[in-house]
Amino acid sequence: MYNFTFHRPTTVRQAAGLLARNPDGKLLAGGHSLLPVMKQRLAQPSAIVDLSLVEGITGVELKGRSVSIGAMTRHADVANSPVLKEVMPGLAAVPGSIGDPQVRNRGTIGGSIANNDPNADYPAACLGLGATIITNKRRIAADDFFQGMFTTALEEGEIIVRISFPVAKKAAYEKFKHPASGFALVGVFVSKRGPDIRVAVTGAGANGVFRVPTFEEALKKRFAAKSIEGLTIPASGMNADIHASPEYRAHLVGVLAKRALNKANA
Amino acid sequence: MAAVSMTVNGKAVTGDVEPRTLLVQFLRENLRLTGTHVGCDTSQCGACIIHLDGIAAKACTTLALQCEGSSITTIEGLAEPGGALHPMQEAFREHHGLQCGYCTPGMIMSALDIVRRNGNDLDEHLIRDQLDGNICRCTGYHNIVKAIESGAKNMAAK
Ligand SMILES: Cc1cc2nc3c(=O)[nH]c(=O)nc-3n(C[C@H](O)[C@H](O)[C@H](O)COP(=O)(O)OP(=O)(O)OC[C@H]3O[C@@H](n4cnc5c(N)ncnc54)[C@H](O)[C@@H]3O)c2cc1C
Ligand code: FES
Ligand code: FES
Repeated sequence: MYNFTFHRPTTVRQAAGLLARNPDGKLLAGGHSLLPVMKQRLAQPSAIVDLSLVEGITGVELKGRSVSIGAMTRHADVANSPVLKEVMPGLAAVPGSIGDPQVRNRGTIGGSIANNDPNADYPAACLGLGATIITNKRRIAADDFFQGMFTTALEEGEIIVRISFPVAKKAAYEKFKHPASGFALVGVFVSKRGPDIRVAVTGAGANGVFRVPTFEEALKKRFAAKSIEGLTIPASGMNADIHASPEYRAHLVGVLAKRALNKANA
Repeated sequence: MAAVSMTVNGKAVTGDVEPRTLLVQFLRENLRLTGTHVGCDTSQCGACIIHLDGIAAKACTTLALQCEGSSITTIEGLAEPGGALHPMQEAFREHHGLQCGYCTPGMIMSALDIVRRNGNDLDEHLIRDQLDGNICRCTGYHNIVKAIESGAKNMAAK
């Protein structure tokens, strides 16, 4: 790892100030994406701004018809949140499927979303529920936030503070876990909130998380696995690597979408 | 260099570290607590697992400075001062839950976290699932799983 200066602000404002003074600086949340990348010398931040002491950006709260999750909430704490398990177990299952217990003990929702790894789980949940990403500057709809592999709408010095998820009556996630890494080879999040139906896919796309309008349209008639029977998505635009071909990934999208629908209706 | 202070195995410690110093380096090189191992250095094997404020974490994926003011427990902190092994350590010995021993400190720290989260009555399926972040190149896991099941029970009996 290259060296850096280390800072521990206690407010979002201080953190923003530190980033402004250190343009090559980076925020540190759980460190479970950033530190490995720094060890490989693929990132060389001049300053690290540790968010762990910042007040007011952890915890899961029910606010009206939405669940608001602080950016620094660890995966394990979201997965085990009693209120979330009660109102939307389909969302609680997402962090429960991430990595291993130690990764879940340290990794955070804000870090995962800011990183936007093409195989990460949370981006599918955000897009699949139409979440709003709340930063120190503005509110960003999930549809506008994820902009391709490791790319988001976040600007220089912008800090995710909370993520707000509308409570959907039906919501579920199905993931084909890569057996070695634990990441999603393909993951599909489905939800139904009144007339709003969403199907979001992670792991498969060559350009990161995406929605499947053909499936969403077909599900309008009836929100059930049967409605998308026989529908497929094209292999073009799917990711190809040593783990799976584009054709296999496209096939998994259909399979996992149906499983997720069955789970959401169970 | 930056000053860092924390509590390790119940003792207050301080040190001068570079900001990039990992917790595992601080434990092994500054404090000479070499029971915490580095198996992969890529956050995958679990040989470096310690408890950070009571919760299992990978010391190779944590900066020493992130632990300022925190309380750390390592494998060295489990046995009684007189040398009597912790019930979980004893169970690994009893059930032959190790061969070379390289993964063992991480396995035991992980096992205690499994007990913290799931109680003392553990089944094989849950233990195997929860050992996702611990890799052993020797044992085939069979005896590790048996050791954890038994160690958890003995902890309750104590
Ligand atoms: C062994 C292993 C297995 C894993 N398996 C999975 C898996 O199955 N599924 C999965 O989805 N992920 C997986 N991960 C990744 C894990 O979930 C990470 O914790 C997560 O991607 C990043 O969160 P973090 O809190 O660790 O962020 P960090 O690593 O601290 O930060 C990541 C990036 O986000 C930025 N950032 C952090 N917080 C904020 C904020 N509040 N505002 C703006 N920017 C911010 C940082 O500057 C950095 O660029 C795995 C990681 C490991 C090590
Ligand atoms: S050395 Fe930390 S996980 Fe392998
Ligand atoms: S006993 Fe040798 S690695 Fe587990």
